[in-house]
Order: sequence, then C-alpha cells, then structure tokens
Amino acid sequence: MQVMLAVGTKKGLFLGWSSDRDTWEWEGPHHSMAAVAALAIDTRRSPVRLMAGGRNEHWGPAVFTSDDRGRSWTEESGGSIAFPSDAGADVEQIWQLQPGPASRPDEVWAGVEPSALFRSEDGGRTFELVRALWDHPHRPDWQPGAGGQCLHTVLPHPTDPARVMVAMSTGGVYVTEDAGASWDPSNRGVRIPFLPDQEAEYGQCVHKVVRDTENPDLLMLQNHGGVYRSEDGGKSWQEAQEGLPAIFGFGLTRTPGPDGAFFLFPLSADMSRFPVDGRAGVYRSVDGGHAWSDSSTGLPDSGFHTIVLRDALTTDAADPAGIYLGTRSGEVWGSSDGGGSWNQLVSHLPDVLCVRAAVLP
Amino acid sequence: MTVRVTLELPSVLADVAGGRRTLAVEMDRPQPTVADLLDLVAGVHPHLVRRLRTESGQLRRHVNVYADGADVRGADGTATVLGQNAVVLVLPSVAGG
Repeated sequence: MQVMLAVGTKKGLFLGWSSDRDTWEWEGPHHSMAAVAALAIDTRRSPVRLMAGGRNEHWGPAVFTSDDRGRSWTEESGGSIAFPSDAGADVEQIWQLQPGPASRPDEVWAGVEPSALFRSEDGGRTFELVRALWDHPHRPDWQPGAGGQCLHTVLPHPTDPARVMVAMSTGGVYVTEDAGASWDPSNRGVRIPFLPDQEAEYGQCVHKVVRDTENPDLLMLQNHGGVYRSEDGGKSWQEAQEGLPAIFGFGLTRTPGPDGAFFLFPLSADMSRFPVDGRAGVYRSVDGGHAWSDSSTGLPDSGFHTIVLRDALTTDAADPAGIYLGTRSGEVWGSSDGGGSWNQLVSHLPDVLCVRAAVLP
Repeated sequence: MTVRVTLELPSVLADVAGGRRTLAVEMDRPQPTVADLLDLVAGVHPHLVRRLRTESGQLRRHVNVYADGADVRGADGTATVLGQNAVVLVLPSVAGG
C-alpha cells in the first residue's frame, strides 16, 4: 500500500508518502509561494491525477495538474478557471476541487471566490461557469464571511449525476436536481445566529458539509454556530450536537465504509476561535451524528492554540481508514486506527489550508 | 505606423516568457495602449499575461507596470498610451508574508 498525503499550505504544496502510515517521507514545496487552498487526488483516473488550486499573491489563482504524482505539473494558459467576460468578475481564489461521481470520470467541480461553481469535463484541465447558480436571484444577498465570499463545498451525488449540493459562506446550502440548470436553497432548520431572522431560507454561514459514504441522503453540516444532520438529502436539518464541547468549527470529515464515522474539530466560539481549553479535541460520531465522543488520544491536551480549517480534516480510503488533520501552525497529525490514536506526521510547515489523502494503486 | 515597445520583466517571470526578461514588441496601430500590448503578448505568452492581469483585464493588485518610468495606475491604467520606443517595466510590488 502506498498512501499519498497532499498538504496545501499558505506557501505551497507538500507531499507525504508512506507505505505503513507510520513513517512518512516528505517533499516540497511545489508551487512555492502559492496559497494552496484546494486539492483533489483523482483516483478515478489512471494514472491518478493530482489537482492543486493555488493563489499566488502576485500572479493570481490557477489550477495545476499532475499525472505523475507531482514530479511535473501542467498549468493551462488561462489558469483553468476564469469568469467569462460578461460576468464582470474575477476569480480571487479556488476554494474547492471535487471530482464527480465514478460514472463520470472526466467531471470535476470547482468552487471559487466570489461564490461561483465551475464544472470541468476534461478531468480538471479547463472549467466552465455554471450559469444558473451565478445568475441566481439570491446572489446579491450572499455576503462574504471572514474568509471571503466563497463557495467552498461541492458534493456530487454518488449515483445520480443530476444531483449536486454546494455550500457557501455566506449564502448557505443550495442543491440542483437537474444537473445545474436550476438551484434551490436547502437550509431548513439551519439557524443564522448573526441575522435578525435566524430562520431565513438562505444566508447561512455554512462552514462545511460532508456526505455519508453509505447513505447519500445522510449529511453532516458544520455551521457558523451549530452542528446539524440531515437524513433527507438536505431538505431538512436537525441539530446534532450531543457530546460536543462546543458547536463552532470548520473541519469535518467522514471515514468511508459501513464502519466509518464522522469526525469534527470543534472550536470554542466565533468570538474565540481556539480549541476548547487549549486542547486539540477531535470528536467522532459512529451513529450518524446522534452523539459525539472524544477521539483525541495522542493529540496535545494543553497549550494547543491553533485551529484546523474547513478542508484540513480528511481521510483516506484504506481499511482501517486513516484520518489526517492539518493546523494553521504547520503541523499534520494522523491516525491510522480510525481515530483511536494520533501521531504527529510533520511540523514546521507554513499554515495548513487543505489536506487530502489517497491510497494509490 | 508601427510602434516599437520594449517589455521588461522580472526574472521570476522569465520562465513563462520563453526564458527572456526583455520582449521587443511591434504594434501596427496608432496610439497603442498597455492593454493592446498585453493583448498582443498574450497571443505568444498566455501564461505570462495571465499573471499580470485578471480575466476582466485589470492589472493584478500586486503587479506594478511602469511606462517610461511612470506608474500607469497614476495615468490611465491599462488605457495608458505608449509612444514610439516606449519601455514598459513590470515589477512585483511588496506583498505577502
């Protein structure tokens, strides 16, 4: 088994390699000085394609692809993702690169700032704006959060290519059931703590949504204040906070398979964005979010004042699944036993923005 | 009328400009602008021009362009007219951390 761990940081991409997930060899930075906030390891393809969405402070955003495990990279002349001239906007940052379902091996989705969705039909080389979402009548009401007005989550349905869910900050969750031709808000039950109407149809500051790997209608949502679950594909949401020490946070993932679990990294509050009591706390739910329990053995239990960003908590597809978290202080921690215990894999990197892992053939 | 312009680049951009830091450009139009220059260069070096301006044609925030020593942002931006034998200098501004 060879596992690739791709770590996007504020100043480039680092790659870790391991055959046993205990010892790792590291290389990088690739794309030095580019903030790599979006990564995808597309194992649907042979050879596997690595995609990195980076933003150089001087030279702007671009997608870089590699079909030889990072030894060489391709950059399309237009940067792969660009608004058409009549949109009157410029891509500020690429926030998400998400391969489509297995049945569509050339489909890749991208979420960007300002909030917009792009779709690729050539495996992530070039992308086209999804017009119906860009032209949505709600768009003037979407406002930027602290990180910018971004579409940061794209969840294709695993078996129905016409169904896609996106999430943005702010704006909330939107879904299409007709392959992107129309989009509806899907936030019923998700509160908006920062607006007078806390039950509005849209406008939520959703931080991350993750889909269950076994039941596509089961979803977990980390909101700006609140953790929610849905059993009906996002049509309605219920609080899912039992056992959590706090309900704010960003990082959220789900290990694959019938024995998998959801994992969260809670932070104290929006006005105190630190781990609770200075402790690196990962919480696990094995029952679809009905209850959470501590899963932090081996992580620092004091003096931990850094955070895990929304795409810096991830999993691989090994059995048992590996779980990985990256911190803004440049550390990556991993668990190879389903969250039972954690070890530090690397430190002293730049701020970690995004982590992706895959078992390579 | 052919207007000859020299585009000077920082070394960090040479690898997307055919390995060169200086490009000699001839423009067959009266009163060509910085935008015209970038349009022409984009046909040969698209990766270079993507780094200098956004898809809507705006100079990137931390890219400074000087026409004969004057910051074009203090003139007409990318609409600044270039004279015969103008020297257009691209410099990255101070940015990042």
